[in-house]
Amino acid sequence: MMSLLGVPVLLIGLLARFNPLLVVTAAGLVAGLAGGVDPLTLLAAFGKAFNDSRYISVAFLILPVIGLLERSGLQVQARAVVSRLRALTVGRFLVGYLAARQVTASLGLLSLGGHAAMVRPLIAPMAEGLADSRLGPTNAARRLLVRAHAAAVDNIGAFFGEDIFVALGSVLLIQAVLQQNRITVDPLRVAFWAIPTALVAFVVHALRLLVLDRTLSRRAVN
Amino acid sequence: MIRVGAAYAVAGLLFGAIALLSAADRGHPRRWLSSTFWGLFSASFLIGDVLGDLGNGALVLALVLIGGCGGLRAGRSSTTGVAEREAIAARLGPRLFLPVLIVPLTALAGSLAFKAITIAGRPVVEPAQVTVISLTLGVILALLAAVILVKPPLAAPLQEARRLMDSVGWSAILPQLLAALGAVFALAGVGRAVGGLVGHWLPMDSRIAAVAAYGLGMALFTMIMGNAFAAFPVMVAAIGAPILVGRFGGDAAVIGAMGMLCGYCGTLMTPMASHNIVPTALLGLPPGAVIRAQVPTAILVLLATVTLMCLLAFRTWAA
Repeated sequence: MMSLLGVPVLLIGLLARFNPLLVVTAAGLVAGLAGGVDPLTLLAAFGKAFNDSRYISVAFLILPVIGLLERSGLQVQARAVVSRLRALTVGRFLVGYLAARQVTASLGLLSLGGHAAMVRPLIAPMAEGLADSRLGPTNAARRLLVRAHAAAVDNIGAFFGEDIFVALGSVLLIQAVLQQNRITVDPLRVAFWAIPTALVAFVVHALRLLVLDRTLSRRAVN
Repeated sequence: MIRVGAAYAVAGLLFGAIALLSAADRGHPRRWLSSTFWGLFSASFLIGDVLGDLGNGALVLALVLIGGCGGLRAGRSSTTGVAEREAIAARLGPRLFLPVLIVPLTALAGSLAFKAITIAGRPVVEPAQVTVISLTLGVILALLAAVILVKPPLAAPLQEARRLMDSVGWSAILPQLLAALGAVFALAGVGRAVGGLVGHWLPMDSRIAAVAAYGLGMALFTMIMGNAFAAFPVMVAAIGAPILVGRFGGDAAVIGAMGMLCGYCGTLMTPMASHNIVPTALLGLPPGAVIRAQVPTAILVLLATVTLMCLLAFRTWAA
């Protein structure tokens, strides 16, 4: 029970805006020590888990490519391309990316999107370019809002798409965990029952993106 | 067989180059500490497997201390100005998009093809790591294409990588650190403790209350752990399996799928998730900006999913 002390350390530290690296490490240390794990075992567990999760950071390998292309005007080009498409707005463009991301993720094609591979080089500058060409000169607040929405669409599309694909991590994990609790399920049925929420997520977020268009144009007028 | 170590070696070389470029940057405000940080991160990728668990633990602590106490700053890297970028973009036009598309397409082709390719019955690429290895291959091909297309100065790709890595800064190691926290929480029994609390103290006498406790509990516990996959086994063992399936006879497929999706709603709302940390860093956003864009959707989808679970998990009208 004492190991739960790690949770308030985490919450208070993050709310007090200490550096998250320090907060996360402190929470791990407190939880471990309070839970009766001896310090060396704890340090070793930290090291092992960090080493085992290096695959997450392989995503940074794309930075030389993106940086080189940005240096050569990739974002300029991305903005120029979309602003020629007259019917597009920020919201409609992002709804299109949301649909594409959800559909491809549901087919298991998660690597077709992502923040480093798609959002930073293409989706965010395209959305910003659309905002500029439709709504006039930009300001910092609008640029950040549009960028944040570009990132959000990538997450929402991926999360509420991947659960529909049978052979991906989440469906297999659901099946394995239920199995541990002596419940056998058919992975196809698990994937099928992710569809209702996926549809709700698409409708809710698409509507919000269309509202974003109205918010942006109202702000541009004022 | 090509193993994941090959991808880690490439990443280690990239971070090592960033360490060297930082050390060579005389105008760097935290030249040596920043260089040490990237050097240690590079070492983790190059020799992490021979350092041993304690060695890796010490390495993580050093990274946390440098990164967490302001030892890491952005250096002075040279890049092109607006006018120069517009000129190059005008010259190259849409061809600039090609290298960007090579990465996902190679990753896609690799993850489909590598699983099928075998030599003498043995896979050419480590099957469990096909995604990571395909991504690495895609990046190498894309970089070659970009260099041929743009013909930049020799050091430009690495200098540009340093510029972007500097903008990511200390949050580069946060996703891995959070994964480590999850492992430590598991070791210390946090999951068991939460499961015990939930099972004991929440009202479970009605079906609706139990579904709500399970769905909202998944979202909340995911927000704490930063990861729905860590929260899911706990909530299934505490509520999902014994009460929703066991006592009330709910459909396990619905309860499993929708419980996980409630967790994803939590992921959208937590500063602990790498899905929110990485884009915040990559896009130069203030803390919380991505989460604020996601919270209204997350809350509405969460409430809808809990409601759907009440309706669909206990249906008597279909198989």
